Amino acid sequence: MADRLITSAKELSNSEYFYGHRACAGCGGSLALRLAMKVLGPRIFVAIPANCMSATSFLHPQVAFSVNCMISPFPATGAVLSGIEAGARALGLKDYHVVGFAGDGGTADIGIQALSGAIDRGDRVIYVCYDNEAYMNTGIQKSGLTPYGSKTTTTPAGKNFPGATGRKKDMFEIVAAHGIEYAATASIGYPEDYLRKVSKAALCQSTSYIHVLAPCSTGWGFPVEETVEIAREAVDCGLWYLAEYENDEFVLNKMPKEFTPLEDYLLKQARFRHLKERDMEHIVHGRDKKWEKILKNWK
Amino acid sequence: MPGKKIFISGDEAVAEAVRMARPHVISAYPITPQTVTVERISDFVEDGSLKSEYLHVESEHSAMSAAIGAAAVGARTFTATSSQGLLYMAETLPYASGARFPIVMMNANRTVATPWALLSDHRDSLSQLDSGWMQVYCEDAQEAFDMILQAYRIAEDPRVMSPVMVNLDGFILTHTYEMVDLPDQEEVDAFLPPYRTENRMDLEEPRTVCYASLDEYMEFHMKQEFDMRKARAVIAEVDRDFGIRFGRQYGGLLEKYRCEDADAVIFTLGSVTGTVRSVIDSMRGNGYRVGLVKMRFVRPFPEDEVVDIAEKVKAIGVLDRDLSIGYEGIVFSNVSSSVLRACSAPAMVNYIGGLGGRNISKDNIQEMFLELLRAADGEKGKRVRFVNVGSEYDG
Ligand SMILES: Cc1ncc(C[n+]2csc(CCOP(=O)(O)OP(=O)(O)O)c2C)c(N)n1
Ligand code: SF4
Repeated sequence: MADRLITSAKELSNSEYFYGHRACAGCGGSLALRLAMKVLGPRIFVAIPANCMSATSFLHPQVAFSVNCMISPFPATGAVLSGIEAGARALGLKDYHVVGFAGDGGTADIGIQALSGAIDRGDRVIYVCYDNEAYMNTGIQKSGLTPYGSKTTTTPAGKNFPGATGRKKDMFEIVAAHGIEYAATASIGYPEDYLRKVSKAALCQSTSYIHVLAPCSTGWGFPVEETVEIAREAVDCGLWYLAEYENDEFVLNKMPKEFTPLEDYLLKQARFRHLKERDMEHIVHGRDKKWEKILKNWK
Repeated sequence: MPGKKIFISGDEAVAEAVRMARPHVISAYPITPQTVTVERISDFVEDGSLKSEYLHVESEHSAMSAAIGAAAVGARTFTATSSQGLLYMAETLPYASGARFPIVMMNANRTVATPWALLSDHRDSLSQLDSGWMQVYCEDAQEAFDMILQAYRIAEDPRVMSPVMVNLDGFILTHTYEMVDLPDQEEVDAFLPPYRTENRMDLEEPRTVCYASLDEYMEFHMKQEFDMRKARAVIAEVDRDFGIRFGRQYGGLLEKYRCEDADAVIFTLGSVTGTVRSVIDSMRGNGYRVGLVKMRFVRPFPEDEVVDIAEKVKAIGVLDRDLSIGYEGIVFSNVSSSVLRACSAPAMVNYIGGLGGRNISKDNIQEMFLELLRAADGEKGKRVRFVNVGSEYDG
């Protein structure tokens, strides 16, 4: 039971609650789950919809969780979490957390309705979206959070298209627009910031949401030992940001003095390596516009 | 609350039964003609006479998913839907049954679009026959009330542990007022004790429910099938116990009406049963040897009972208020496959009627019986007939 803010890895439990899964080496998502459970566990109820994390960890009889855990229908993480919480409340259970881990597709596309419903009801559940920017479990297809220029198996890059042409949905702000008690973005490249946010979510009395960037070595195409570094760089180059929303206010947690070169971040990853100069310019333009808004409107 | 008799609709009867069954969690999304049920339940939660968590979900998919979440911690749950809503939640039905959660759901039978229509037939529920849910069909509001209580007992029985869908014909039952006998709460509590299960997540002994399985997938479903077979005996047992306690008994899987010496019988589901009963009474008065088989449960299927009937009659008509387009009525297919096991081969005719709420009159039913009696005498006719349509359409 997390009952105070955690700001350093030293404060974490040595117990492992997510162990022995079959995720790829270099999987950012599995790190996001492992760390969050260390903050919240062991008295937790976990729900995970169809995605890489459930596919690599729920295989009976080698289930990789030592805490209560269940698979949720792909579109329904928010609803399953609400149900668990309502059931636990009705049965008078005490001192526990209800937490869900859904991918970007399971959150921003097919699961957005159930997530919206859960926030609307205000059930005391923690919803963690681990964002690897595509449908990885089904073989790297484009999701609503795949950024511009990313090559996926359904947005191939070629003569006519530079990969994905859409704009990454602002899930954090969509969630905040519900007037949620607490929402935050994070990156597994900044683990202490992430831990603090998970522990803060655990203190909430109603729904909370954490959107953690979790690079995928397989889908993004980078060496497996670089996951954390890439996750850091995404923030440092300004394509991702660390922020919180509470009490009707957006707060920026990390204000980069200047962005690290965008090309460095992009060209390290096979999914972006095909990008032409004008695509890079498009991405820079998008980033700068976003930051203009952030700096104008957020604290 | 002491027992009483009150004048209520089928929807309200279901709500009253839910109040007495005391589920921990109710999650539902409105759809005509189920709405009155969830409105009454909401009233009961508001006035404190039902101490349940009521989740205002944003879709039927979420209604069932929330029920699954609640059942996963050991809560008794209820949801209700109809038609498009049932199809919208279809993905989640095998999740619930495969995880062996004894969720009880009311379905107000309504046809499915398109053509878009509001009135009743059984195309919605019968399309979900393979979802691992038990399905029972009610004839009147009293039976609907009684079956909600029985459904929990059957579903939660450790030998069964499977969900139940209680079906009521939209409008014909959901919106028609009848006198309904409400028992004493104490008697209900004695009939339906609090739900306790090991099949749940547990803070003291953490475990996984609803997982993935590759190697044992077949075995999981075989177990489900074997337990569903056991449900047949449990259904009969619960019906008998209910009869002893409350004085009303329904025959378990199916009810036979005036079948003793019948040459021809018609199989029905739901509210049309009452009309068939009265046609039988008047035809019997004129010496016709006709009878009724009211199918109550379609899953588990009353296999042995159907074989037994098939060995005693000369002609069987199955009145389907559904159609598996490209073949025949779904109930007819199911009945036929059991009839094949019988030592004799009665004539079989499938009557497709009442789609989208089309009336099935007493005259229609009398015509069916007369045709079946001719078939019993050896006259050959069509396998599938459409009821109450212009003759140019009937096949
Ligand atoms: C209703 C439904 N549609 C599609 C699928 C197939 N499916 C399973 S996992 C998945 C991708 C999940 O992507 P995401 O949520 O981004 O998580 P990731 O796999 O990237 O970790 C899809 C499309 C499904 N299981 N259920
Ligand atoms: S494909 Fe990506 S997200 Fe999926 S397990 Fe492998 S590294 Fe993790």
